[in-house]
Amino acid sequence: MAIVKVLGLETEYGIIIRGAADPNPIAASSTLINAYVAELTRRVTWDFEDETPGRDARGFARDGAMPPEVETHLVNAVLTNGARYYVDHAHPEFSTPECADVWDVVLYDKAGELILARSVEAAARSLPPGQSLVVLKNNSDGKGNSYGTHENYLMDRALPFARIVQHVMPHFVTRQIFTGAGKVGTEAPSTGGIDVRYQLTQRADFFEEEVGLETTLKRPIVNTRDEPHCDSGKYRRLHVIVGDANMSEVATFLKVGTTALVLSMIEDDWFARAGRDFTLQAPVASMRRVSYDVGLTRPIPLADGRSMTALEMQWEHLDLARKYAEDRGLDSVGGAETGNEVLRRWEQVLAGLESDPMSLVSQLDWVAKYRMIEGYRERHGLAWDSPKLAALDLQYHDVRPERSLYARAGMEKLLDPASVVRAVTEPPETTRAYFRGKCLQRWASSIAAANWDSVVFDLGQDPLRRVPMMEPLRGTRAHVEELLGSVTSPAELLDRLGS
Amino acid sequence: MAEREQIKKTPAKTEEETVEDIPATSKKGEELKAELDDLLDEIDEVLEDNAEEFVRAYVQKGGE
Repeated sequence: MAIVKVLGLETEYGIIIRGAADPNPIAASSTLINAYVAELTRRVTWDFEDETPGRDARGFARDGAMPPEVETHLVNAVLTNGARYYVDHAHPEFSTPECADVWDVVLYDKAGELILARSVEAAARSLPPGQSLVVLKNNSDGKGNSYGTHENYLMDRALPFARIVQHVMPHFVTRQIFTGAGKVGTEAPSTGGIDVRYQLTQRADFFEEEVGLETTLKRPIVNTRDEPHCDSGKYRRLHVIVGDANMSEVATFLKVGTTALVLSMIEDDWFARAGRDFTLQAPVASMRRVSYDVGLTRPIPLADGRSMTALEMQWEHLDLARKYAEDRGLDSVGGAETGNEVLRRWEQVLAGLESDPMSLVSQLDWVAKYRMIEGYRERHGLAWDSPKLAALDLQYHDVRPERSLYARAGMEKLLDPASVVRAVTEPPETTRAYFRGKCLQRWASSIAAANWDSVVFDLGQDPLRRVPMMEPLRGTRAHVEELLGSVTSPAELLDRLGS
Repeated sequence: MAEREQIKKTPAKTEEETVEDIPATSKKGEELKAELDDLLDEIDEVLEDNAEEFVRAYVQKGGE
């Protein structure tokens, strides 16, 4: 039986400081985040106790892999909405809190954008005259440098990792037709003779391996990082590095919703039961082939000798998913209502891509961006390599509302704007992020540190007291609201918890 | 593919089931063109003044 897919998104934003003599991206990222957290009452720092990014899902640890403690001088904050906001390498990164369904993922991903936009405003008040920050929610600088948007899915530890790899790879390669954020040109060393003026995704150019632990070089389509941030005897967290950052709410909804569903199907061995295997002959080459195929007509070869287009393979996945839903239900992906909405939109988007991709100009990022770029190119008689088109590509992703081209594209909204504002400070109610966020709202001055699976209290006497949260679906509003309402101090809370 | 045809013909169960959808494609060509013209006017207004400099300066370190 598939387990509930607890979900999260981590986004590294692109950043530049303009007008500075030394445009250092690490300093710029720190300035940005510091400006934001300085306006909050008190910053609670991240606790690295349980970070093991070098652990591999295939069952071994890599020599020399270290938790990011080497960078602890960098800004690293936990927010009252349960999110983590920090400097990762040379980028500001926002990790959503744990979410129990895809609606919350879309909500907190958008709240993240708003937090970054507010950070840019806050930084503008503290920067010297003539300097300003530009922050983009994209994944490439157009010059061969990429930074990631990572999805996280809670999975059953008992599942053989090789089975995940086998059945999720074809979905990762072919879902690009609706997850892509679009990009002018290519950054791949070779395109196999294809003239790439525009492609579906930001990221396809950067994947060189099928399976592996890396995220920064020789990037694999299936990442093996094994760091569950919860009970590792019961769970694994599938860390997905292959996707684009989406501006479109519909695209984020489908990216995470369809993938959660496919992963549930894998947990219930649905592909094997249905006698279906879409294993690709050459996944890495197919990633690019799909991304370069704006016409959605080029078939990719399967290991069994067949070939089909990405669109055809997505129809096959949807067909299997529908049968799965009928037979097994949709409890693992947020219940029937949410799961059926994923299925309904999945079908709608595939039908649109089949009949006329331009009909999805209000739903999909790559289509919206393509229309803008093609329209602008025609109006001004520009060549495809014009810097104006490259600028337009970048500016689609600008987090500043006054500069964002996404904000002008008339995209369909799934969220009430007021709920996004609330999610900047309020945690989701149906995961342990609720406990984390509520404790931070009330007792930030008594919290020494927090991370995904614990909150550490400092009550002014030794030792510090750690409240473990090894179950992502405990510590919800239903579990702890009454308890939190009945205590008047963190000491009382800890007594009641027996910590 | 018979199965696929079947999927597509299944009516979506939504609250707006009775409401006629107006897909973007059913808009008149002129209406779409006017929308795009307005959008392109706006892009001209907000696009970074010196696009070439902006693009050249936008260099990132790899992340993740």
